[in-house]
Amino acid sequence: MELNGAQIVVQSLIDEGVEYIFGYPGGAVLHLYDAIFQQDQLKHILVRHEQGATHAADGYARATGKPGVVLVTSGPGATNAVTGIATAYLDSIPMVVISGQVSLPVIGSDAFQEVDMIGITRPCVKHNFLVKDVTKLAETIKKAFYVATTGRPGPVVIDIPKDITAPNIKVTYSYPQKVSIRSYNPVLVGHKGQIKKAVDLLLSAKKPIIYSGGGVVLGEASSELIAFTKTLGYPITNTLMGLGSYPATDNQFVGMLGMHGTYEANMAMHESDVIIAIGARFDDRVTGKLDLFCPYAKIIHIDVDPASISKTVRVTIPIVGDVKPVLDQMMELIKENKNKIDGVALAEWWNQIRQWQSVNCLEFDRSSPLIKPQYVIEQLYEVTKGDAYVTSDVGQHQMWAAQYYPFTKPRRWINSGGLGTMGFGLPAAIGVKLAFPDADVACVTGEASIQMCIQELSTALQYKTPVKIINLNNRYMGMVRQWQEFSYESRYSHSYMDTIPEFVKLAEAYGHVGIRITKPEEVRPALEQAFALKDRTVFLDVMTDRTENVYPMIEAGKGHHDMKLRVATGTSTDRELA
Amino acid sequence: MIRHIISILIENESGALSRVAGLFSARGYNIESLTVAPTEDPSLSRMTLVTRGSEEIIEQITKQLNKLIDVVKLIDLAESFHIERELLLVKVKTTSEMRDEIRSMADIFRGKIIDVTPTTYIIEMTGPSEKLDAFIAAIDPDSIIEAVRSGPTGISRGEKGLHL
Repeated sequence: MELNGAQIVVQSLIDEGVEYIFGYPGGAVLHLYDAIFQQDQLKHILVRHEQGATHAADGYARATGKPGVVLVTSGPGATNAVTGIATAYLDSIPMVVISGQVSLPVIGSDAFQEVDMIGITRPCVKHNFLVKDVTKLAETIKKAFYVATTGRPGPVVIDIPKDITAPNIKVTYSYPQKVSIRSYNPVLVGHKGQIKKAVDLLLSAKKPIIYSGGGVVLGEASSELIAFTKTLGYPITNTLMGLGSYPATDNQFVGMLGMHGTYEANMAMHESDVIIAIGARFDDRVTGKLDLFCPYAKIIHIDVDPASISKTVRVTIPIVGDVKPVLDQMMELIKENKNKIDGVALAEWWNQIRQWQSVNCLEFDRSSPLIKPQYVIEQLYEVTKGDAYVTSDVGQHQMWAAQYYPFTKPRRWINSGGLGTMGFGLPAAIGVKLAFPDADVACVTGEASIQMCIQELSTALQYKTPVKIINLNNRYMGMVRQWQEFSYESRYSHSYMDTIPEFVKLAEAYGHVGIRITKPEEVRPALEQAFALKDRTVFLDVMTDRTENVYPMIEAGKGHHDMKLRVATGTSTDRELA
Repeated sequence: MIRHIISILIENESGALSRVAGLFSARGYNIESLTVAPTEDPSLSRMTLVTRGSEEIIEQITKQLNKLIDVVKLIDLAESFHIERELLLVKVKTTSEMRDEIRSMADIFRGKIIDVTPTTYIIEMTGPSEKLDAFIAAIDPDSIIEAVRSGPTGISRGEKGLHL
């Protein structure tokens, strides 16, 4: 088949099985857009800003496990995509970003809308390619998908100069079934000797804990993790990125760990003698101060990326491999040797954990006349029967969603954990809704975050993606304000916006439904109303207690055992803060 | 902070060098020297990179380098017996009374005079970096017009080798 470069790109994506491409046209990709116009298999979603395209593709990828695909033009189109590429990179999300580039002969001449996309994205992609030869285009696209989706996944950029997609240059097209890259061979199966040692250590533990993360979600190993945890009978904690990979409603689950994790999860980590880290990377929000991290524990670490092992915390037994086959390998040995578990020690350990749980660290003031953000999330959980896809932005609302919505399935909790990108939630929700049109999709956000990609409300209308935006509006950049309260003697430097739009009118201006509520008793009916409007995007503006903080908390420089807990201060009313 | 010599086989593609250099600057590792040239297989380049760091840092450096898609293979030469050589070209001022002395000094260090003008010599010398340091220390610093060093390259001893 003879095709030109633009047609090759489109046909390659179709042959790769791509359903949606999120993008925004411009000069350098006009040939590509012309090719997109002349077919109807690959569906293009026109966003309102390239950052929105990357987050929407990212949300699609996180919800489906399939790579998200983005198309942007050169120059500002490319630079606008960088935040979303970095977001995907930090959370290891498979994504392929095609950026237009100025024509080969003018590269390097500071041409109109020229930027060195390869150079700019180098530190925040798994790999990137500049295509200099149209005959290499299909193979490069195949390689990009291969790299993005295998091993530790991540975003891959393909920078395509305009002349490579020129309509008049046709070459023979065939999409490769397979590619191999001699310098790239991810290790999938774990080393047998290491696995044997790990199982021996694990079974000898008196105070074990399973600490699992986003790698279990990415590696589709949720059912293996559940079987593993159930067989051992050990407590399990999840990272922010791992939520949902183990059902949060199960009694072996002790909650999220880390900075805003539960008291019991962090105490159990601190006191444990054997930790098995599964697809988790000892992020600083998890470990707290490294010198104080898990002083009594021997650590087993399973990760597909060798560079994640012993990066910040030295581990006792590293296992390089994909979590799914490694857990299977471990399970065989565990089943044979299950009798080695010290049942008495384990029962004592559980007693200790139940005591920590009795602190009830997530309790909050339920008698307040103000809307408590935690209550909103609890109600969201009930109204959606715990079965929604929940995307979030970044800040207090993100932590509350993580703490008060017990996710029971992987890929339901979709947030920017690594980069912490405000503006992620709404476009991500659109991506999720496209993938699962019949599912409930909620975007939990705040009045600061939502304004960072609010333009995508327009995209939501155009493509009929009725998501529900739950805006926890406390009139502050809440997490910044909280840190300023704790660490800067309440000097609220620029964490308050003097002007905030009327979101109800804004939603209506974009063609959606806006609802504003101010009282706790309005929360449940408003949520029910929002989710009952199946075919409408609803912007629920919830006026919450302005002064609520996220508890518990490990403050900077502290260890897991040194958590700041909520001090009961009676019924809360709005404190004057500004 | 032990000195390590990391030998890298890397795809000979544009941008490959910047991936390595960018990795070091982004992660705060130091590069003491870096040499790179294509190998007998023109699709591959070989880099020799000298760095210093604790055991943990060197472990991370090698892991992060291995993670780069363009990196085919690498070894830390400092982990085993190896030979290390660096090239020095040094241009010195020579008055007629100094010529003999400089020539005999170059001989002692097994250097070669490869260019002569009425007022200068260019001396070529290879060896481990310490030998080149010693030679430079041995000659009058005021006589040196310029000195250029390649940075070390290295190769492991015995039958093992860094190849595909």
